[in-house]
Amino acid sequence: MGTTTADVGLQRLTFTRQPDSALTRLFNYKPFLVFLCMLPTIGLLIVFLTYPLGLGLWLSMTDATIGQPGEYIGLENFIYLMEDPIFWMSVTNTIFYTTVATVGKFALGLWLALLLNHHIPFKAFIRAIVLLPWIVPTVLSSIAWWWIYSPQFSIISFVVVDVLHLRDTYINFLGTPWPARWSLIVANIWRGIPFVAITLLAGLQTISPSLYEAALLDGASGWQKFRRITVPLLMPILAVALTLSVLFTFSDFQLVYAITRGGPFNTTHLMATLAFQRAIPGAQLGEGAAIAVSMIPFLIGATLLCFFGVGRRKWQQGEAND
Amino acid sequence: MTDTLVPDSTAEVQAAIGYERPETLSWDSRLRRSVTIYIPLALFVLILLFPFYWMAITAIKPDYEMYDYKTYNPFWVHSPTLHNIDVLLFQTNYPRWLMITMGIAVASTFLSVGASVLCAYAIERLRFRGAQHVGLAIYLAYLVPPSILFIPLATLIYQFGLFDNPVSLILTYPTFLVPFCTWLLIGYFKSIPYELEECALIDGASRLQILRRITLPLAVPGLISAGIFAFTLSWNEFIYALAFIQSTDKKTVPVAILTELVTGDVYQWGALMAGSLLGSVPVALIYSFFVEYYVSSMTGAVKE
Repeated sequence: MGTTTADVGLQRLTFTRQPDSALTRLFNYKPFLVFLCMLPTIGLLIVFLTYPLGLGLWLSMTDATIGQPGEYIGLENFIYLMEDPIFWMSVTNTIFYTTVATVGKFALGLWLALLLNHHIPFKAFIRAIVLLPWIVPTVLSSIAWWWIYSPQFSIISFVVVDVLHLRDTYINFLGTPWPARWSLIVANIWRGIPFVAITLLAGLQTISPSLYEAALLDGASGWQKFRRITVPLLMPILAVALTLSVLFTFSDFQLVYAITRGGPFNTTHLMATLAFQRAIPGAQLGEGAAIAVSMIPFLIGATLLCFFGVGRRKWQQGEAND
Repeated sequence: MTDTLVPDSTAEVQAAIGYERPETLSWDSRLRRSVTIYIPLALFVLILLFPFYWMAITAIKPDYEMYDYKTYNPFWVHSPTLHNIDVLLFQTNYPRWLMITMGIAVASTFLSVGASVLCAYAIERLRFRGAQHVGLAIYLAYLVPPSILFIPLATLIYQFGLFDNPVSLILTYPTFLVPFCTWLLIGYFKSIPYELEECALIDGASRLQILRRITLPLAVPGLISAGIFAFTLSWNEFIYALAFIQSTDKKTVPVAILTELVTGDVYQWGALMAGSLLGSVPVALIYSFFVEYYVSSMTGAVKE
């Protein structure tokens, strides 16, 4: 240990230099440290995410059932699904559900964000309250919606029939296909508004007021300011929020499972709920995996469309291409 | 520009950019403001909160009120009762489900935040070659929804002998928690000046000492954000818990309410609502203490 004067000076600091044992040197050896730091995350993700993704692809090409590993049967599961009207209905349901719910969420969410961007009393409190539907477990709020949609004791029916006298009979929300689909979409929009509103509000708050002042001096109308300043500057954050929202709406499971479980007569199944239905209670793991795998192209397509279609976003780590 | 501004649009602009000069606050603009801002806002708040109100009020209604809207105004409770909550707590396994859910959520949160801190630190501070690509890969992992993973995961869990064991959930929840937390923490570490670490490095601190004594204490708000978020997400998780757990006494709250309290054709709405309400309380409580952290982590994760 060649103790220099500089080293002696360091002794008084918080970090005392210990004799460089092999272990210390190992921990200061960067490649080892990187390996050590990445190990838990990479290990977890490979074992429980990457490997299952591959396993899912494999399972979709086998006739595995619960308790039986199954054998390779090629594309038979997919060919079977091609001729299955329930599968096709789940595909169209999922696309319809995702499209309508996303449009609804973003239209209403943007509106709410614009409202919250004004100077209003109790703003922080209102913002906190507004986030509640997003915080509370989806299944639990879905149960509340299930009760709201009850055929005999629906509070909506009560208001419409007995208070406003707009109808004579109680609405059968979940008993027939189309009302059931719309009911699910409304519940999904309700749950999605807060996320959209709060993220877009964060985007709105980064827009400098001076831009609006400049537009004001140039005589821009309210709509022009919205169209030419707010929308373009909101695009990056909108693209990310849209991508996440589409992705999670498309793969939604909880809400539908809690409210209709795919009923009435399998008409409200999303691909995720149908996959569950076939794989776990139905025990046909191979077929369920095939349904789950058929979601992947849609998910990739939707992600690319949102991400690159709405606005190209600089990657977070990419300081280089900032 | 020779155009003179229309007074109307001036008021609008000032409302839009948040400036109010007292002289523009005529009755007209105040009325306009309440129609365009306060009424829609009130409707939003009303609709967003109504299901919770309905849940709460149903939970404390006696049965004869719950199913009789003609005699009793459904929007109010005339003789509140704790009967439903009593049934839930003392005639079902509800307290046990709560404990199980709490244990799983806490364990998977610690596991995820621990793994994420190390990973985010390596990506953001150790700056090894390819760090950006690893970061991107982890972000992509966040985009893989649980509903395409649960079937192969179920077979994997079965092979590991963890089927019907809460440990399976503690190990699988990090698949969606770790990517989110890592992303959040990368953003947080980025906001900590690099110079602080360089100073420590010059003073002879080892990398691990820097992480423990300098970076982590400064990143505490980020850790709290990641922690409460991870906790909420694991409390809310449903599909894995539904697929991997079978015994009644090992279920998590969301799954148990839906599979154990819904029996037969007659739904016990009172107990269901009480269960949903109590199941929401832990997250709602944490949320009320850490609202700002939630908002910052939610928006931060999207913005960063």
